[in-house]
Amino acid sequence: MAERAPTVVIRGGRVVGNGGAARADVALVDGVVAAVGESLAVPKGATVLDASGCLVSPGLVDLHTHLRQPGGEEAETVASGARAAALGGFSAVVAMPNTDPPIDSAAVAEEVLALGRDQPCEVLVAGAITLGRRGERLAPLRELAALGIRLFTDDGRGVQDGALLRRALEYARGIGVTLAEHCEDEGLAGGGAMHDGEWSSRLGLPGVPAAAEEAMLARDLALVRQTGAPMHFLHLSTRGSVALLAAARAEGLPVTAEVTPHHLWLTDARVAGYDPVFKVNPPLRTATDAAALGRALADGTIDAIATDHAPHPPEAKDLPFDQAAPGMLGLETALSVSVVALAGVLGAEEVLARMTAAPAAIAGVSVAHRPAATAQGGPLVAGAAGHLCVFDPDAEWTVDAHALASRSRNTPYAGTTLRGRVRHTVFGGVPVVVDSELA
Amino acid sequence: MTATGELDASLEAPPRTPVGPHLLSIADLGAAGIAEVLRVAEHFAEVERRSIPKVPTLRGRVVATLFFEESTRTRLSFETAAKRLSADVLSLAVASSSVKKGESLRDTVETIEAMGIDAVVLRHSSAGAPEQVARWVQRARVINAGDGWHEHPTQALVDCFTVREALAEGAQVPPDTLGVSCFEGLRVVIVGDVRHSRVARSEVLAYSALGAEVVLSGPSSLLPPSLEGWPVKVAPDLDDVLATADVVSLLRLQAERGSGSFVPSLREYTAGWGLTRDRVARLAPHAIVTHPGPMVRGVEIASDVADLSSVVVTRQVTNGVAVRMAVLFLLLGADSAFEGLGTERG
Repeated sequence: MAERAPTVVIRGGRVVGNGGAARADVALVDGVVAAVGESLAVPKGATVLDASGCLVSPGLVDLHTHLRQPGGEEAETVASGARAAALGGFSAVVAMPNTDPPIDSAAVAEEVLALGRDQPCEVLVAGAITLGRRGERLAPLRELAALGIRLFTDDGRGVQDGALLRRALEYARGIGVTLAEHCEDEGLAGGGAMHDGEWSSRLGLPGVPAAAEEAMLARDLALVRQTGAPMHFLHLSTRGSVALLAAARAEGLPVTAEVTPHHLWLTDARVAGYDPVFKVNPPLRTATDAAALGRALADGTIDAIATDHAPHPPEAKDLPFDQAAPGMLGLETALSVSVVALAGVLGAEEVLARMTAAPAAIAGVSVAHRPAATAQGGPLVAGAAGHLCVFDPDAEWTVDAHALASRSRNTPYAGTTLRGRVRHTVFGGVPVVVDSELA
Repeated sequence: MTATGELDASLEAPPRTPVGPHLLSIADLGAAGIAEVLRVAEHFAEVERRSIPKVPTLRGRVVATLFFEESTRTRLSFETAAKRLSADVLSLAVASSSVKKGESLRDTVETIEAMGIDAVVLRHSSAGAPEQVARWVQRARVINAGDGWHEHPTQALVDCFTVREALAEGAQVPPDTLGVSCFEGLRVVIVGDVRHSRVARSEVLAYSALGAEVVLSGPSSLLPPSLEGWPVKVAPDLDDVLATADVVSLLRLQAERGSGSFVPSLREYTAGWGLTRDRVARLAPHAIVTHPGPMVRGVEIASDVADLSSVVVTRQVTNGVAVRMAVLFLLLGADSAFEGLGTERG
């Protein structure tokens, strides 16, 4: 942040770390954590944030955010998306490259990075694997890596040509960056609009079979084995994908994976009313799939929760279901929905770990990659960056689509009452969200 | 206009079963609703046999037909039905409308409704479009005239009506004396491209709601990917179930939608599931064959078979008007326009 950060003391919460939480205050001075301990003294002039009854966590890191700028500003801008992120407890988001033009050149990447400065969270950028995301020729990965980009993906599409992906993996390995795949075999997906199964059959909608994801994941795992290059798998959605990934991990392949809050909580039965707000890619799957994803997150087969925040304006959503754009908002509800969806599987502290340290490591911004004072994802110790999320697990709130900071309204949770809410967000030592409102 | 005092006496009472506000799916009707539509349709079939087949029931009402997909018989059937009820018909030709200029379905519907229409009859290539339109309208009734692969409820009602008529003829009784109990235990075999058929989805719901046993037969690749929750049996081999079928419902192989690529060839399809002369010979004498049209002779039905008396396709077309009159009447005529029923005092 440009101006000097004030001194802030977060009082009365339980600080999350090592899978549990211990009662402690956190003092922030000059943008970094100065002290963590019980009953810290409050210096004169310090801002005090009440955290009683709350969990105090490192700021959340989202591996998968569509900020839509450049080209889709009617849906979201870097600024509006960053505000939504802050309200959701995030102190870093990775902007996906499927913008218009896509982030497949240094010029566009620099534009987005510049827009991301002086926002209430850090805006990281993922680059495209192929030029124009067309799956034909490699994007300038090395030039983009020189700007600090660590993740590359054609997200919105998978790389259909296996030979091209093999080249990309070999090239990426040498540069030290990670490719992230949206697993979807377009031939098998066949232009489907929802999960292929009981509900698509009943509703008469063309389906995307689980095999469309699993076939590409299986191919990609074979290519990871072939090349030795690391790979990250975006928004896995099926039980079969979990099984494939578990086998790959057991084999020791260098793979990581994420799951979205909506795939943990919502199922294809929600499409029954043909409301396109429930159209998303990959599609909402069955309750069996959702349960398998939750277990995979608990046992470490899947590393992280990522939002796939995908804003769309009404003109792209108020359409017949098969014509509507896929995607739903996620930033402002991600933590609450994840905690609710994983009740009985993972405690809030464990959910937080999968939204902080785990994604920070995959994004290449954790303490293993950066000095502690600028690292994302914790741990919350003296000297760490002053990025915090204060979460009240008992606060109930009803999602109001019109009260969201996002420029779009396509949340599937409008009118839903959730238990657990982000109360404060501190970024670089500065309170950017206080009592669930932008400061 | 004929004097009408006697004919519509039973319609002057409110409907026995509330129908509506919309007709999006056969599931909106249930067995009681289907029975009500058939009962009312029988009266309108009588109207149709008059020298001047027109009643003033929906005078002053406006019915808009919005067809975003090609259709001959369904559109003409609805428009004829509306005119015979004296409604004004507003027919949106998509090819010449602002839809071609990029207007969205929602804007089109809201514009049309602003002109004061009472009902929208919608045909759309997207499953669920009528359900979405029903959420967007303020007061107009929405009637699904076919949405993607999802449903075509009035066609299934026409099929039920026609089957009952044929059964009544066999029993030599008036159709309305049969109610809907004549469907109980009936074996209905739906043949062909169920996967892409909105008629099949509506027929399965309608026939099973009325107590019939529904059997699906067709190439496995043309059956829905999942039949979980469907009240049906599956007979991959049509010849296993022909002899015991009371009703055979043939579906059109939707070659224009790529259904042809789901089978090796049309020839192989016809050999396995076409209603050939040989197969007709194995049907029970009382069996009834329906087809929603348009028929592709030589593919799902042999040309000479299509003209047999047990094939009730022409009757389905005729009955289409009476059944759609009943649907329009039940959705639009049951309140303020009701007093105009059957009495022309103009």
